[in-house]
Amino acid sequence: MVDTPTTAPVSERPSGPAAAAILAVGIGALVLGFLTTLNEASTGVHDFLQLNDRVGPLSGKTIFAVIAYVVSWAALGTAWKDKEKDLGLVIKVGLVLLALGLLGTFPTFFLAFAPE
Amino acid sequence: MELTNREFWTLVHGLILGSAFLLAFAGGLAGLYSLRPEYVTTAGMAERVRRLKIGTSAMAIAAWATVITGTWIVYPWYRETSPTSAKSILLSDPDTADWHEFGMEWKEHIAWIAPMLATAAAFLVVYYGAGLARNERLRKIVLVLFVAAFATAAIAGILGALITKAAAVK
Repeated sequence: MVDTPTTAPVSERPSGPAAAAILAVGIGALVLGFLTTLNEASTGVHDFLQLNDRVGPLSGKTIFAVIAYVVSWAALGTAWKDKEKDLGLVIKVGLVLLALGLLGTFPTFFLAFAPE
Repeated sequence: MELTNREFWTLVHGLILGSAFLLAFAGGLAGLYSLRPEYVTTAGMAERVRRLKIGTSAMAIAAWATVITGTWIVYPWYRETSPTSAKSILLSDPDTADWHEFGMEWKEHIAWIAPMLATAAAFLVVYYGAGLARNERLRKIVLVLFVAAFATAAIAGILGALITKAAAVK
């Protein structure tokens, strides 16, 4: 007996949780890029981000970026749990945030903010 | 023949976890690309989705483990102020300084974006399961997240290998 391709419907789930997961990545990346650039521009921020002396300011940048990622995902995920969202728009916003985050973590960009 | 503690953790960070990430990516990419109702039988779909859930979750876990061991275990050795640390060796020669000033500076940051992307991809696979097969747009979104996770990790991984070649953590 030959199996036929599956056509059995499965319950469709709302797009809100997907939108929350995608936007959270953009927010996490943006915070990482923002802190990376700010770390070069300000010695006060540099010192603040140095949560661990062995790791240096990278400890603060990554911890705060992960917190932003997790908290934004939890908040958006809760708010959009049963909602339908425009995934096309969410993808566009998410990609812009991700691109800004990548720009902020690119050395040629963030080192331009370092004092002479 | 033996490994020092630092060599062991460098191996875990770069080779073991990196290989696990690559392996999970290769399997996940093939599985996601062909996750379409016309390609898979009912029985095959259930098995395929189960394998995808495990593969994408493993990739996300490997990505987090890689950046955590890299940042909190290996990186402090790399950036020690002693003249024999990898960072000091690279900066002591103008011909190798860029490996730190560009290579390591980029690697240590971009690497942390990979686990966020991989986790989002894994979540969508776990949450929507077989529904991804019928939702072409959602499946493509997962593919984009998945490939972007690999791309960011690949940049970090390649830079890490080249930096280690120029000045290894010892």
